[in-house]
Amino acid sequence: MTVAVVILLDGVLYAAVLFLVAAGLTLVYGVMRILNIAHGSLYALGAYAGTSLVLVYLKTGGPAPLMYLALLAGAVVAGAIAGPLVERLLLRPIYGREEVVQLLVTYSLFLILEDVMKLLWGVDPYYVAKPYAFLGTVTIAGVRYAWYQLLLIAVALATGVLVSLAIRGTRLGRMIVAVTADREISATLGINVGRVYTLAFTAGAILAGLGGALVAPLISVAPGISVEAIVLAFAVVVIGGLGSLEGAALGALIVGITRAAAVQLFPEIELATVYLIMVAVLLFRPRGLFGEWETRRI
Amino acid sequence: MQTASFRTSAKCLLALLALAGVVGGAMGLAGPPWAEAQAKPAELKIGIVSFLSGPATVFGVPSKNAAEWLIEKYNREGGIGGVKIRPVYADEAGGAEKQVAEFRRLVLDEKVDLVIGYISSADCLAVAPVAEELRKLTVLFDCGTNRIFEDSKYKYVFRTKAHQVLDSVAAAKYVLSVKPNVKTIAGINQDYAWGRDSWESFRRAMLKLKPDVQVVAELWPKLLAGEYSAEISRLLVAKPDVIHSSFWNGDIIGLVKQGAPRGLFSQSLVVLTAGEHMLQDVGKDMPEGVVIGARGDHWFLHNANDPLHKEFVDGYRARYGRYPIYPSYHMYQAVAGVKAAYEKAMKAAGGAWPSLDQAIKAFEGIEYRVPPGRTMTIRGDHNGIEPAIMGLTKHDPKYPFAILDRMMVFPAAEVNPPLGVKSNDWIDSWKK
Repeated sequence: MTVAVVILLDGVLYAAVLFLVAAGLTLVYGVMRILNIAHGSLYALGAYAGTSLVLVYLKTGGPAPLMYLALLAGAVVAGAIAGPLVERLLLRPIYGREEVVQLLVTYSLFLILEDVMKLLWGVDPYYVAKPYAFLGTVTIAGVRYAWYQLLLIAVALATGVLVSLAIRGTRLGRMIVAVTADREISATLGINVGRVYTLAFTAGAILAGLGGALVAPLISVAPGISVEAIVLAFAVVVIGGLGSLEGAALGALIVGITRAAAVQLFPEIELATVYLIMVAVLLFRPRGLFGEWETRRI
Repeated sequence: MQTASFRTSAKCLLALLALAGVVGGAMGLAGPPWAEAQAKPAELKIGIVSFLSGPATVFGVPSKNAAEWLIEKYNREGGIGGVKIRPVYADEAGGAEKQVAEFRRLVLDEKVDLVIGYISSADCLAVAPVAEELRKLTVLFDCGTNRIFEDSKYKYVFRTKAHQVLDSVAAAKYVLSVKPNVKTIAGINQDYAWGRDSWESFRRAMLKLKPDVQVVAELWPKLLAGEYSAEISRLLVAKPDVIHSSFWNGDIIGLVKQGAPRGLFSQSLVVLTAGEHMLQDVGKDMPEGVVIGARGDHWFLHNANDPLHKEFVDGYRARYGRYPIYPSYHMYQAVAGVKAAYEKAMKAAGGAWPSLDQAIKAFEGIEYRVPPGRTMTIRGDHNGIEPAIMGLTKHDPKYPFAILDRMMVFPAAEVNPPLGVKSNDWIDSWKK
């Protein structure tokens, strides 16, 4: 019983982290049909910016709870600056080009951003643990958890709900849906497609940054964190179906819970579980759980 | 008349000298050791390979810093027998295949005289055979696998440090001295060669020294996973007396950050065999009473008053703003080893610059001084042996990070297998 509760809780905790990273990736793909290899770098950028801002804030000696605002502000600022810049300068020329070109361009972007971060922040790890430890712990099923972990679940849930509400319920959201469905007809209807793209990509970048900033208090922020983030995010969105937000949520839950179960029951195969699920899903649903079948356009 | 005869004899003398030169040169090629010595080169060009990009940069850059600092110091003091050292730095990132190509580039294009390098065991294992093929002196400075010289024999390859068995064996002995009644152990190690080998040696040593010990969990997260919530829950459920981890890099920092608030370090005695390198990063958040290893005896406060050690620690800190960590010490041992071997070879050759074979011969069995003020020994199998230290973390108002308390020093002979004996056979042969 205890073990079952622990597996479920650990699974959902891990799913929350995965979802925050995967949501932006799937949003960008859904709207722009671009598989952004550099999404992990935007995540790392958020982690660095959030950590730096918290460190600066903690030095001022202000009230501790406000450090969470600093963490979020770092992510939003990083995404809001990097998003439009990347979209305008690098992605705009490659819409509609073959996927190989898009992959090469976003891969180069990944390499460039890695070096940019090294120039800005150096190679020594950035370390801030206070946001994680500050909220204290709670004992569930005999195991101590940090409140911050539970907070992450709430944030991931809120992010998912807000993003899907925004897409369904706002004017911009409906324009995004229209552009996703058909770019040319949307343009003839008077939608400024370029602007929608910029906004959607920036939203994806901010989501990535948010994921990075919220995970930063758990990990060591150092060169290389982007790779790990992007590989897992890809696995999650592929399982869920590229471009689907619900798919990303479900994919994250499946991966999270399976991994937690593996750690408790058969730790030897922990590493393989994520990819085993991916293979299993793709065998039966090659476009992922929520992936739509594309009709061929003439 | 006299002058003429003088001129003739001078000419004869010159001709003789020239002839001697030619014969000497030819004999040098032919190879009797006494005639091998060569003309002093303008410089000794050393390729230095460590991670300058990617997640292992946190090791690569402190190693490169140590090389930079030490080479500048040696050059200020006249180099090696008057020959200045010129380093050529290269990046270790990119995987073993890329490193083999990079090694060939250093040797064939850059024409380096020797290579010092490699933090990753995979890179060491891949490069060593190529070093043999190209007949290039290669000094492995940081990689930990015990397989390299236990499974193969190399002429041109040396390692100026001990292999991972030292950490694991010292950890087991230390655990039994601070917690003699240990009943259950668990391991959380990265799922690749280093993690697997380290846990295997630790587990083996523990079971040999205290056969009633039970293993209650063996966890294998992916290298660079970063997030360990589920693993920490598993360890909190299993409640082992002792947890062993050979984590390094950001992974070890993640484990401490996530485990400390959840009570992992107060519930069990946690052993971090590579923990020394992250103490300055974690600062005051480091829990007390955690066993820390230093991959040898590399700790800036160990033997702190030794002049050689003090010079290194102070010089490094003044220049880079941090205390040197164990990869910095490992680099020191490699560069100092090269200098010592060349100087020993020069002495044997009567002051002439040594040939490659002479340098290699001098390297085998060499003993030289390194921080923290001890003798470094390279044995006949080309592998170094070192003492090990272990200690418990404790905060001290003098430092912004945890330092080591109840430190124990294990002499090299206690934590390294005897020459020619494989590590696991050695542990299995222990008498209870």
